[in-house]
Amino acid sequence: MSDFTNSFWPWFISAITFFGIVGCALLLWVTNKTKVNASSDNSTGHVWDEDLREMNNPLPRWWVWMFIITIIFSIAYLAFYPGMGAYKGSFGWSQVSQYEAEVARANEQVEPLYAKFLAMAPEEVAADEQAMGIGNRLFLNNCAQCHGSDAKGSKGFPNLTDGDWLYGGTPEAIKTTLINGRNGMMPPMAGAVGSEEDVLNVAHYVLSLSGSQHDSARAALGQEKFAACAACHGLDGKGNQMIGAPNLSDDIWLHGAGEKHIVAMINNGKMNQMPAQAGKLTDAQIHVLTAYIWSLSNQTQAASN
Amino acid sequence: MSLNSSQAVMYNDTVVRQFSIMAVIWGVVGMLVGVIIAAQLYIPELNLGLPWTSFGRLRPLHTNAVIFAFGGSTLFATSYYVVQRTCQTRLFGGSLASFTFWAWQLVIVAAAVSLPLGFTQGKEYAELEWPIDILIAVVWVSYAIVFFGTIAKRKVKHIYVANWFFGAFIIAVALLHVVNSAAIPADMMKSYSAYAGVQDAMVQWWYGHNAVGFFLTAGFLGIMYYFVPKQVERPVYSYRLSIVHFWALIFTYMWAGPHHLHYTALPDWTQSLGMVFSLILLAPSWGGMINGMMTMSGAWHKLREDPILRFLIVSLSFYGMSTFEGPMMAIKTVNALSHYTDWTVGHVHSGALGWVGLVSMGALYYMIPRLFGQKQMYSIKAIELHFWMATIGIVLYIAAMWIAGVMQGLMWRGVNADGTLTYTFVESVKATYPFYGLRLLGGLLYLGGMVVMLWNVLKTASQGQSVNAPIPPVAAHA
Repeated sequence: MSDFTNSFWPWFISAITFFGIVGCALLLWVTNKTKVNASSDNSTGHVWDEDLREMNNPLPRWWVWMFIITIIFSIAYLAFYPGMGAYKGSFGWSQVSQYEAEVARANEQVEPLYAKFLAMAPEEVAADEQAMGIGNRLFLNNCAQCHGSDAKGSKGFPNLTDGDWLYGGTPEAIKTTLINGRNGMMPPMAGAVGSEEDVLNVAHYVLSLSGSQHDSARAALGQEKFAACAACHGLDGKGNQMIGAPNLSDDIWLHGAGEKHIVAMINNGKMNQMPAQAGKLTDAQIHVLTAYIWSLSNQTQAASN
Repeated sequence: MSLNSSQAVMYNDTVVRQFSIMAVIWGVVGMLVGVIIAAQLYIPELNLGLPWTSFGRLRPLHTNAVIFAFGGSTLFATSYYVVQRTCQTRLFGGSLASFTFWAWQLVIVAAAVSLPLGFTQGKEYAELEWPIDILIAVVWVSYAIVFFGTIAKRKVKHIYVANWFFGAFIIAVALLHVVNSAAIPADMMKSYSAYAGVQDAMVQWWYGHNAVGFFLTAGFLGIMYYFVPKQVERPVYSYRLSIVHFWALIFTYMWAGPHHLHYTALPDWTQSLGMVFSLILLAPSWGGMINGMMTMSGAWHKLREDPILRFLIVSLSFYGMSTFEGPMMAIKTVNALSHYTDWTVGHVHSGALGWVGLVSMGALYYMIPRLFGQKQMYSIKAIELHFWMATIGIVLYIAAMWIAGVMQGLMWRGVNADGTLTYTFVESVKATYPFYGLRLLGGLLYLGGMVVMLWNVLKTASQGQSVNAPIPPVAAHA
């Protein structure tokens, strides 16, 4: 193993371990045997602080046996399991092999269950009650930490139930999101937009797109400057799912609504990440999860199918 | 009589008195912070939404205050009291003992300021930043000079068993502190550990477990070995038992740290060694409990009328219980269930509240009237009340944490037929919630008892006056 940088250390460890354990046994044996010169009252005869004395009682038998049993157990354990330097133990056990064996066994057990769903289209899986039970549990184990137990998200974490999608809501797009994750990036745009006044005007124009409360004079002035934003968000501000640019016209605000938040977004930009699930979840699990997440915003279709 | 000659025939009880009073005060403070963070787990809004009062900053304040302020002051007080009396000589080093008092209080104040401000090395029980670490090292070396200097000039031939334990505690803590706190300073209040990765974790838990083994065990066994036989007025049960369990304890503890890192990146062999030596540690630990308990033989009736003795003996029962629980939790299969749960918190507190807390209180109740020229504490009834509040508080606390911990362990490993986890993490948090309430109640009772003690101590002190005991003539030995 690479645990040791050279062959001296495993021997050193083994030696001090061995002598440590044997030393404990020896200490026990010698002290048990040694006669201490006792006074007539069975004390050691030493007196401290006027009345502090020590009796010379023998070691309690049961305690000595308990000590010996732990020593014997330890020696046996170190024969069976890794512990004495580089010696791997007669069981050949390691925590990594135990983990891998348990995961392999578990995957083997659930494989037939998932195999059925892997052969079905996501829309069909979404109509399967058993699959949706599994999907819900996978979601609660792996997704709820950010998107919430009800999948409605929170600030910075998208709502998965509302039919509004940054990268698309088709099963294929959802699966891609799950497998690879997504890195959303809105660059700081203040430089491209212009002065502080321009930024404020653009913000009001953005607000006007969704019919939110805004200053229409400022919005009119901002419309022209919005050209800098249109490259990603489109001239109509309806966004672009190819690059994850959000729709600005639907009154859904992932990072906060209102003038203040929009101005901050234009000035500072934003990085947002959905971590990749490949490697953490199996292909079959991702397939079932895809169907489950798709079903969250397609419940009527799933029911009518 | 000149001052010098009077000093020569008097014990230095001034420093003992100072540390004793501060131990009680820091006890109240440290336990109060503990109750506050326990309340925050029940009512999170109590963190007031401020960084300085958030759980993450107050938790190390709590642990540092109870271990190093309350526990530390108790250890300084008792070891100075015991080493003088069992060596029948005044403390060595003149005003160096006084320096250890003031500098240790400075360490505590520095901790109480820097931890809430967010300065930390991020190592459990070793959070304090490097300038404070250096001050601790200076105090500790001074402490060692005073203690071992006193041993060296002792007037009695043999070194009493309590001093073996105090001595081992002082040497080991110096070693642990210096090695684990080794860091590269980046600025005045920021440093980076001298170790990296899993080696850093191993050094940290070598320190962490021995902070328990030497600071909270060996030192307090020193307290036990003086105050139990003194209060029972019976000889220590077995000299040879003290020899075996002393050497086996101080040797074996040094190996046990890896059990804090079971099933981590730590190599398998290191984990195994941590586990087997933790198991071997059971008998040496129980040796101390047996020696204290059996000292009672022939005098068990005294427990009925003497609440101080009850503190000392019940503390030994908790010591025995938690030193049985510890080796069991070090077994990997058990640890796979208990690790990262509140079971660990329950285990630590059965040792901390039950053993360290109660034995300290018993020793302080013994010393404080004597240090103020009184025959006994101002109110025996108040000691009685304190005992019951503390005991019921501990039982509530550890029972709540045991149930919560085992429940969490079982919930986290629950797996459905489809391979998903049966419970989400937040479900286990929700299930734990009522037990956090019960724990808060236990903590409140324990703190309440400590407040009763503070009142009793202040009454005793104001009723009496500071007295430094005369050094008696050396008795003739056999």
